[in-house]
Amino acid sequence: MTNELLATMSNVTHRYGDVVALDELDLEIRSGEVLAVLGPNGAGKTTAISLLLGSLRTQEGSVKVFDQEPGTSSVRMRRGAMLQVSGVADTITVSEHLHHFASYYPDPLPLAKVLEMADLEEIRDRRYGRLSGGQKQRLMFALALVGNPELVFLDEPTTGLDVEIRRSLWNEIRELKSAGRTAVLTTHYLEEADALADRIVVINQGRVVAQGTPNEIKSRAANRRVCCATSLDLETIVNLPDVVDATMDGQHVEIFTAYPENLLRRLFELDPDLSELEVTSAGLEEAFLTLVRGSETSDS
Amino acid sequence: MATSDQKTTSVGRLPIGRLVSVYVLEVRVQCLELLRTPGFTIPTLLFPLMFYVFFAVVLTFSPTAPTYLLATYTVFGLMGPSLYGFGVGLANERESGALRLKQTTPMPVSAYLLARIATALMFGMIIVAGLFLIGAFAANVTLYRWQWLGLAGVALTTVIPFCALGFALGAWIKAQAAVAIVNAIYLPMAFLSGLWIPIAILPSYLQDLAVFFPSYHQAQLALKVIDMDEGSSAIIHILVIGIYTLVFLIVAVVGFRRVMRR
Repeated sequence: MTNELLATMSNVTHRYGDVVALDELDLEIRSGEVLAVLGPNGAGKTTAISLLLGSLRTQEGSVKVFDQEPGTSSVRMRRGAMLQVSGVADTITVSEHLHHFASYYPDPLPLAKVLEMADLEEIRDRRYGRLSGGQKQRLMFALALVGNPELVFLDEPTTGLDVEIRRSLWNEIRELKSAGRTAVLTTHYLEEADALADRIVVINQGRVVAQGTPNEIKSRAANRRVCCATSLDLETIVNLPDVVDATMDGQHVEIFTAYPENLLRRLFELDPDLSELEVTSAGLEEAFLTLVRGSETSDS
Repeated sequence: MATSDQKTTSVGRLPIGRLVSVYVLEVRVQCLELLRTPGFTIPTLLFPLMFYVFFAVVLTFSPTAPTYLLATYTVFGLMGPSLYGFGVGLANERESGALRLKQTTPMPVSAYLLARIATALMFGMIIVAGLFLIGAFAANVTLYRWQWLGLAGVALTTVIPFCALGFALGAWIKAQAAVAIVNAIYLPMAFLSGLWIPIAILPSYLQDLAVFFPSYHQAQLALKVIDMDEGSSAIIHILVIGIYTLVFLIVAVVGFRRVMRR
């Protein structure tokens, strides 16, 4: 049962006019895992989800969900989705919406169970139009689950929510996993992918830049910042081992790396007069950006 | 219903009983949505009844006016829910993302569209019943039983061209402008087709214009039931309504497909 392939994208290229949104992308979704598709805005995450949902037509390559074409009604009965931008009627209450959406599925979850899973019990009779941003998002999450899906797509579920609300939604997403469901989540926060996913696929400019467990990704992301004044030129520094990204301003250089000890050893060998040395932790998000930027410079 | 073996659900079809409940719930939700929107309920439910009271009970143009206007107001009464429910409802769902979200579910598109027609019919029946009560008890309209039934029947067919027009509008117009556009179309059209006051009272150049509106032909069909129409053949009216319906549907389907395929 585990490791069974639930969905695949192979060699998928997608263009909007002249703009290439996905560039020979490969993606595999295995049963029981929470997969995070991580990337900056415009990386192609939503295009990938739209293709997996069948709401965009595949241009090149192949997309399969449950071994079938992604948009067929039998596929739709076995998966749920939370879209990045969506809403439902303002005048209808939380439980009315859930009851309505449940009717579309052959084997929906009981209403009480969904309300509990998305922490909506207290506002079940409130109209959608009167919910706060976080509550709306929790209803969207519940609507994705109400059909008792094997596979759930969550397209940037916490974008635009404040930290506290984001964390409470994280708890609900984690419970999905303990219930044995498979989930694909897109995000541009490494912290979110780290907190929720078993496996992370980092994409940028429509390509897979890195993939692995959260720990593997974090260790690849350069999370140390080394600043110093040196007589070396930028070219030399960028080509040192373990340098993910570097910028120079006069004599001052800022270098991102995962392994500052190795780097410093090499730097002192090359420039014994190096001064104003400072090593700081770059923070997860900044580190992730260097990973993405690193892929851009090596691509072009 | 709650079975652990989810593979049995992969057939991709709901049993008939469940399918019926999809349709029923769809209508229920759409009715609730409209009932809880005063911007819909007040003009569409109240205007036909209120205007009929003004022009048939309070003022009377002639002894036959209450009977004539009963027929034309039933048509006017059906235009509102058809255009609002479909036009404004669809435009809103298109722009809020609700339609895209529902598209990711196994919702049958036919249920979504048919429910909008059924909802218009239900509101229409309430309006027709209200008009009949006012007509019979306040305006002293007397008709044969078959005429009451015929009038109600013809009035309900108004949903055909006007749900088609609503569908076309809903598939294309912006949600923010939807109410204004629907009002700007249906109120003048109703007046110019002789639905508010008898067409014979309108200046002759406006009377000549009336034949271009589907509502004029729908009203003439209703007036035929009580033998007060202008005398053209029913076939002609049905043909004109049919052509309009077809054109509206083509515009609607092109727009709707564009929305569903983006």
